[in-house]
Amino acid sequence: MTSATLDRAPLSHARLPRFAPFFVLGVAIVVSVLLGLLLGWNYATMAIIADLLFLAALPAWSALLEGRRAATDRFVTALIWSMFAVVCVPLVWVIAEVIRKGAPKLTGHFLSTSMRNVPVGVGAPGGVLNSIEGTLLITLFAAIIAIPLGLLTAIYLVEYGRGSRLARIITFLVDVMTGIPSIVAGLFALALFVLIFGPAVQMGFEGSVALSLLMTPTVVRSSEEMLRLVPTDLREASYALGVPKWRTILKVVVPTSIGGIVTGIMLAISRVIGETAPLMVLLTYNPGMNGNVFSGPMGTLPTFIFNQYHTPEPPPRVPLGTLVQPPSASVGRMWAAALVLILIVMILNLVARVVGKIFAPKTGR
Amino acid sequence: MSVLIEPTGGPTGGPAEVATTTAQRNRGLGDKVFAGLARGAGLVILVALAGVFVFLLIKGVPGLSVAQVNYGSFSSFWALVWPLLWGTILIAILALILSVPFSVAIALFITHYAPRALAVPVAYVIDLLAAVPSVVYGLWGGTTLALTLRPVIQWLTDHVSWFPLFKGPYAGTGQVGATAVLVLAVMILPIITAISREVFAQTPRLHEEAAIGLGATRWEVVRLAVLPHARSGVIAGIMLGLGRALGETLAVTMVYSSSPLVTLNVAGNSSPQTIASYIANNFAEANTDRRAVLIAAGLVLFAFTFVVNFAARWWIGHAEKRLAR
Repeated sequence: MTSATLDRAPLSHARLPRFAPFFVLGVAIVVSVLLGLLLGWNYATMAIIADLLFLAALPAWSALLEGRRAATDRFVTALIWSMFAVVCVPLVWVIAEVIRKGAPKLTGHFLSTSMRNVPVGVGAPGGVLNSIEGTLLITLFAAIIAIPLGLLTAIYLVEYGRGSRLARIITFLVDVMTGIPSIVAGLFALALFVLIFGPAVQMGFEGSVALSLLMTPTVVRSSEEMLRLVPTDLREASYALGVPKWRTILKVVVPTSIGGIVTGIMLAISRVIGETAPLMVLLTYNPGMNGNVFSGPMGTLPTFIFNQYHTPEPPPRVPLGTLVQPPSASVGRMWAAALVLILIVMILNLVARVVGKIFAPKTGR
Repeated sequence: MSVLIEPTGGPTGGPAEVATTTAQRNRGLGDKVFAGLARGAGLVILVALAGVFVFLLIKGVPGLSVAQVNYGSFSSFWALVWPLLWGTILIAILALILSVPFSVAIALFITHYAPRALAVPVAYVIDLLAAVPSVVYGLWGGTTLALTLRPVIQWLTDHVSWFPLFKGPYAGTGQVGATAVLVLAVMILPIITAISREVFAQTPRLHEEAAIGLGATRWEVVRLAVLPHARSGVIAGIMLGLGRALGETLAVTMVYSSSPLVTLNVAGNSSPQTIASYIANNFAEANTDRRAVLIAAGLVLFAFTFVVNFAARWWIGHAEKRLAR
């Protein structure tokens, strides 16, 4: 009897056709759109209902045909795909919104003038040249502090301190440092400079110090990872030729991993270039150009965006009888400045990836 | 691992022992200088971290005992900081609750569910999410998102007001704590995803294959082989996300304005304020004494995030050690 059952026992069980998930999703969307049109839902509600229908219908069908375990699997797969779709929404939304509202105001004039003597309350477009200058200079000086410091620390961790107690402490604290709130870095720089120069100090370099504190840990971590990837054979070959250790590091180890190091540094820069909180507490916004980071306040893109948002200028006065009140000029300015900032960050990111690709160590030879 | 024999700089016992020449001595000098520089850089980082504590202490401690007017409507520094700390933790924890399921799901999506051609670009896009500056998130959250969420918040305060978080009453605006929670959730997602992704990818191949060989479905593989292996790593990633959420300034400051309050209500017109946004809101107009108060508040925030990050890193190190065994 047993053998007879076994003979007839199927080796494979019923499975849904390959197109089943797409089919169910399509049906769910159609049903939800029809319901939505009937009951007057908006697109967001339709999308949510469609997804819920999909999440319910696919496992139900699977449970009927394939069994409980397969149904659970189908449900989780569908859930993870829909969660992925949900996460895509804010990213696309943020970028689309910034482009939609910022692009029309992003003109050559906006990029090439400062905010100095821009009339208030007449809808003047203003400009971000002073802010771009401030952002680039402050970030440049932050990089000048953070890159040598971070790179040398990484070299110490990989080449000299390997396994030592000090190296372990540094690694640990560098990791902890990545979590310093940016506003605390700003307060630190403020306390430091006020102690040295007195309470009225205003210079872009304060911002550089705060940003370098945020940037150094990122540089250390990425450079460290890259230096560790350099094969030991290369170092040994160099030692065997009688090259001293420090020249081996400078001429062999660092050049081999320079692509990854540069990528890491660019990514670190793109992280701090948009930092706002430290600059807010350190510098008053300067509407004019200031090319000297060691004296006077500076304008920066993030603080410009924040100021235009926080204290917008009054909307332009219109003649009596006009029906449409134009918005405050600040609205266009902040979105256009946000677009400039995002573009800078994205370009840095892109350059970082390209550099990483070009200088990637050739392997397998 | 091969043993690396490094040159010592001085005369090495070569086949023909020679006296130390000037060149060799210079060589030793170069090594000493460079090693000193590298070690010095490491020490500078330690000093900088200590410096953050020291300078905040020097400038902040006077803020503990200034004239009462500098604490606003509160009687003392601690009476002011307690509601702020409450708000900071509440907003961060809520953002975490919202963000964690999605972060873990996206990490699983990248490592185990997405087709390979999709996984790489998705991972890249999630990294981009981390690169968008917080001021841009704040701008988006304070205008577009707040406007869009208005009906949702009205509905919540009308129909779910028995739930302490949505007690309301509806203030006619989307610029409330709940919106900031949503923005923060989006901002910390890439951090938790990045860490979770790494630990998921480190699941021993053999464990997964054994599960597949026993006939497990994909979800059973994840539940039985991947998740148990990755649990402590994911927890550490969550704590790093918490550290970020606690210290985020702009996304909160730009979405809603408020005052220090101990309340669970994040949908009414006065949501609890966070330390970072309290500092950012009040710093520009502050006199010396008031600044000292704000710096002291910053020190409290720093100490708190330091403890959270410290615990997270310690946990990661611990988990790595256990896995290495």
